[in-house]
Amino acid sequence: MAGFQYFPQTSDDIRAMLDRIGVNSLDDLYADVPADCLYKGEYDLPDAMTEQQVRDFFEGLAAKNPKLKVFAGAGAYDHYTPAVIPYITQRSEFITAYTPYQCEISQGTLRYIFEYQSMICTMTGMDVSNASMYDGPTAAAESMRMMVAQAKKRNTVLVSNTILPQVRGVIATYAKYAGITIKEIKAENGQTSKAALEALIAEGDVAGAIVPSINRFGIIENLEGMADALHVDKALMTIYCDPSALAVLKTPAEWGADIAVGDGQPLGIPLCYGGPYVGFMACTKEHMRKLPGRIVGETRDKEGRRAFVLTLQAREQHIRREKATSNICSNESLMALWVTVYLSLMGPEGMKQVNDLCYQRSHYLYKKLLETGKFEAVFTGAPFLKEFVLKPLVPVAKLQKKLSDAGFFGALETEDGYVSFCVTEKRSYEDIDELVKVI
Amino acid sequence: MKYYDKLIFELSKKGRVGYSLPAACTKCKGTDSIPANLLRSKAAELPEVSEMDVVRHYTNLSQMNFGVDTGFYPLGSCTMKYNPKINEEIAAMPAFAGLHPLQKDLKGVDAVYEGMDKALAAITGMKHFTFKPCAGAHGELTGLMIIREYHMSRGDYKRTRIIVPDSAHGTNPASAAVCGLDVVVVKSNANGLVDVEDLKPLLDDTIAGIMMTNPNTLGLFEKDIREIASLVHAAGGLLYYDGANMNPLIGTVRPGDMGFDVMHLNLHKSFSTPHGGGGPGSGPVGVCEKLVPFLGVNVSGFNGNFGVILRAYAYILMLGRENVKMCGKLATLGANYIKESLKDCYKLPIESVCKHEFVFDGLINDGACEGKEGAATLDVAKRLLDYGYHAPTIYFPLLFHQAIMIEPTETESKETLDGFIEVMRKIAAEAAQDPDILHGAPHNTPISRPDETTAARNPILKIQDECVC
Repeated sequence: MAGFQYFPQTSDDIRAMLDRIGVNSLDDLYADVPADCLYKGEYDLPDAMTEQQVRDFFEGLAAKNPKLKVFAGAGAYDHYTPAVIPYITQRSEFITAYTPYQCEISQGTLRYIFEYQSMICTMTGMDVSNASMYDGPTAAAESMRMMVAQAKKRNTVLVSNTILPQVRGVIATYAKYAGITIKEIKAENGQTSKAALEALIAEGDVAGAIVPSINRFGIIENLEGMADALHVDKALMTIYCDPSALAVLKTPAEWGADIAVGDGQPLGIPLCYGGPYVGFMACTKEHMRKLPGRIVGETRDKEGRRAFVLTLQAREQHIRREKATSNICSNESLMALWVTVYLSLMGPEGMKQVNDLCYQRSHYLYKKLLETGKFEAVFTGAPFLKEFVLKPLVPVAKLQKKLSDAGFFGALETEDGYVSFCVTEKRSYEDIDELVKVI
Repeated sequence: MKYYDKLIFELSKKGRVGYSLPAACTKCKGTDSIPANLLRSKAAELPEVSEMDVVRHYTNLSQMNFGVDTGFYPLGSCTMKYNPKINEEIAAMPAFAGLHPLQKDLKGVDAVYEGMDKALAAITGMKHFTFKPCAGAHGELTGLMIIREYHMSRGDYKRTRIIVPDSAHGTNPASAAVCGLDVVVVKSNANGLVDVEDLKPLLDDTIAGIMMTNPNTLGLFEKDIREIASLVHAAGGLLYYDGANMNPLIGTVRPGDMGFDVMHLNLHKSFSTPHGGGGPGSGPVGVCEKLVPFLGVNVSGFNGNFGVILRAYAYILMLGRENVKMCGKLATLGANYIKESLKDCYKLPIESVCKHEFVFDGLINDGACEGKEGAATLDVAKRLLDYGYHAPTIYFPLLFHQAIMIEPTETESKETLDGFIEVMRKIAAEAAQDPDILHGAPHNTPISRPDETTAARNPILKIQDECVC
């Protein structure tokens, strides 16, 4: 056998090991496998490549992807990533570790998760955060399950039409198999309709509702009175939020939410064609023991030193098995570290500035696009932060083609026939002027 | 490893910054012009630190961590194999990392998904895969949804029960519950395999299928799998393969050939992508031909964990047709080698050739004597930390009270395994001599055993909770 860099066994090693085991060949280790289960054919795989060939291969593929300046959001935002983050998250001790089952040699992981939980709590205003979820949409689906679990006999969850379509989609999938009824709260002027919410509550059976902080039109929603309307009926409220925007916007806790969920991607995580990202999930103290996923807590070791451990594990599937409220096990720990390092670097001032830059530049583009005469305003006066929709007066496909030919990605078509644009701090005024010129 | 006591918040000093951003336009309106009733009343309590503060802090934290790159990590059922560095380079390429998930006409991206689909199909004998699931348990859930879709598409609505062996990973019954299925447990026989006689009476027209792990969590190959497949199929059910234990079969046995209809793979186990301290993973789900129409089940926001998929693809290309055949065999060789070298010190409940992992049921001589408690599995695990090893998986599977589950993987050399064997023997000798040496372990780690009871009784879950004394 020719040497392969990931297999350290020499033929002498293999012989010595087989001798210790008391078998003649590697095949003998599979003597218990029925002959008709053994695969005897050639594997239909490419010839093994050298490392340089792998590099060349992927560079070849990469060259086939057009490089576009992103003026789109819709749930994935092209914010700036400080150089420190990949440098830290690539450290072997973080990236090649697993779930901190042996806390005495995992204090690095456990501490950053504790910091992450602390940061998610201060951003959302909630009492308790878990150690992460897969992504925003699955976090929202888990909040649906959590609301139904606490409501006991009720089985309906209300979901605002103004939430991103991929979030509503994943909620619908989870609901279907769990037998949960989903009712959509209509939009009115681009925002969750409070009247519609109240009407649905009046229909009964409502365990809770999921509404957005910033919605799929980019509008900052006014959620005044919604938590009260739900709580009077003993139903809960989940707010789906953009954690970057929460640096300036009213927090889920201030709106009276019981649960806050969302995607941590806007906190400096690269777009990476959709993942890995990180879902976050936080709740009030009252619901702490229903919160799915892992949670890190502080304690002391035998010498009285501050130490961190996985805690409240009685909720988890390895103890409750078929009674588990969630099946999440591996989550997105390294991406939680990514977010933690990002928020550490940015601090309160940096986060404010990111939001100011997004606000100013997106409003600049908004004004310029309207001046072209090729769009109409849709929700005039509704406050937005970095993303907005317009009604196109030209064919959308043509518009998108023109943009991509010129090196831009934007003008995403919404389900209502509008087009959306998003501007982050990474896009300069020159970029914006050029995009407008192309249009 | 060195104890370091800071949290990033404790390094904060007002006015320090760790970022570099363009100046905001001073003449233009900013977020202050958003109506006040939509703004938060006070700023988030984030740390204010310099760039180097951040780098030093997290470097110090990392030095309290143990990873595969630090040393041997025989954590059973987790397949802690070496994570090749070329994979990281590929995943970080800006031409991939900078792509928006809704971008279209990306021929380079399409080629990655197509190449992975084809390669995984070749390795597993499945027809096609979906890459949307973000982890193994997420894959299980997705696979079960596909099973339910299949039955519902045939108008067969009463199949709402799923059979799960008592040796299964804890996520199996949990995933079934989340998918709205009722779990029926099938017992293991004295050989640690699914008891076919116990299975037969369970198979009626309410059974959606069975979830199997093969080799199972004892590391034993379920040799009756073809009979089980025939029985389940004859009863109208489907077979789900839990791919957490796929590693020993890579290059030798394909789940599709055993009769499985649906399966997931953990790219962070069998396909060498880093575990990341508990994710990001990726749990692609493969199906046989008749289930391909149901692969579209929508379980995550965009296109799955593309960055992880890229890494796994790089690994498969390095492995290639030539090396794939040795992958599972070498993993199996290592596990049997350790088992045979230690079974005179640790209880081996089932004498048999294992696959990639095996389970001991505690020490043969735990040192218990009058007035002194013997050393338990937990104590053995903690003592291993003193000697510079990660501990095996402990107290799982639940079939044995003192379970120690060891999985070495194919990327560990004979010398590494010999070193581990020597230490495990030494620990057994220590236990026989004075179990208190083990009870007090670990002694050489950044912290000693923490008080987990207080952590659960009086939860401090964020920095702000610390002050509420």
